[in-house]
Amino acid sequence: MSLSPDLWIVIALLGLGTFSLRFSFLGLVGDREIPSWALRLLRYVPVAVMPGLVAPLVLFPAATGGEPDAARLGAAFAALIIGALSRNTLGSIVAGLATLYLLLWLL
Amino acid sequence: MSTTTQPENSVRAEFLRGIWESLPFLLVVAPFGLLFGVVATEAGLNLVETMAMTFLVIAGAAQFTAIALMEENAPTVIVVLTALAVNLRMALYSASMAPHLGKAPIWQRALVAYMLVDQSYAASAARYEEAPTLSTTEKASYFFGFVTLIIPIWYASTYLGAVAGAAIPPEYALDFAVPITFIALVAPLLRSLPHLVAAVTSVVLTLALLWVPFSLGLIIAACVAMPAGALTEYWLEKRK
Repeated sequence: MSLSPDLWIVIALLGLGTFSLRFSFLGLVGDREIPSWALRLLRYVPVAVMPGLVAPLVLFPAATGGEPDAARLGAAFAALIIGALSRNTLGSIVAGLATLYLLLWLL
Repeated sequence: MSTTTQPENSVRAEFLRGIWESLPFLLVVAPFGLLFGVVATEAGLNLVETMAMTFLVIAGAAQFTAIALMEENAPTVIVVLTALAVNLRMALYSASMAPHLGKAPIWQRALVAYMLVDQSYAASAARYEEAPTLSTTEKASYFFGFVTLIIPIWYASTYLGAVAGAAIPPEYALDFAVPITFIALVAPLLRSLPHLVAAVTSVVLTLALLWVPFSLGLIIAACVAMPAGALTEYWLEKRK
């Protein structure tokens, strides 16, 4: 099986486009001062993007054909609670993976 | 350059801290790269094409999206635009890094941009918030430390996946390693009310906007969640 003959065009445009998105503000801002309201907004980028990115993956995982799955829900919950309580990223990953495999094995 | 050795020591310390704090993420990046190598090979990409994509794009989610759309014979324009829409959040990451690294030399900013993936972004943003007095050089050094192992391992695991070719048994549930990392990166931030408000807004709106094409719902949700967090912070300060 082969993909469309435009594969290399896709690779090139995707590479170029992705770099442009990543370089956009970093490249243009340079030495300029950023207004304080913008700084305040930008501090919320991680919590504004990642929870939204993750929510559909947790609720409707592709691996189960989009059906909610107890093991994955439990793992996400464990990672969230341990991460929030301990403020420790590694602890959160370990708790999430341990819960995932435990529940997959039990259920 | 400074005449004392102190700044150089702290630059080195930030680099080592970056490497150290990246270690747990290797657990996640390696299987994800492996999976991409396997999926790309099964979709008909040869080794050169798979590796070119991984080198030039380094964005797992967008790469998976592009492959899936090409398998469905979607027009090239749609493939590129959809995958780029998946990556639109990178522009927000770039804006968020600009206040910290904007004064770094242009070649460093270009390198940071090339390696600005979800994990390196979130880890650096957390470090800069935790230690706001770090100099630009120290901040850049943390970032470069963090990606020192992550990026080569992403390349290497993609290569292994493409060469080994055998599908990874689904019971390993590797699909879920990535969501867990994202949760682990954000959960520690959720103990302040403004951050919690932003996170809940992001989740509720993204889920409500799942019908919006090209994953643009996430971007819309983020653009509402950011001011929601910032305004909550502002009101809490004013009430004091």
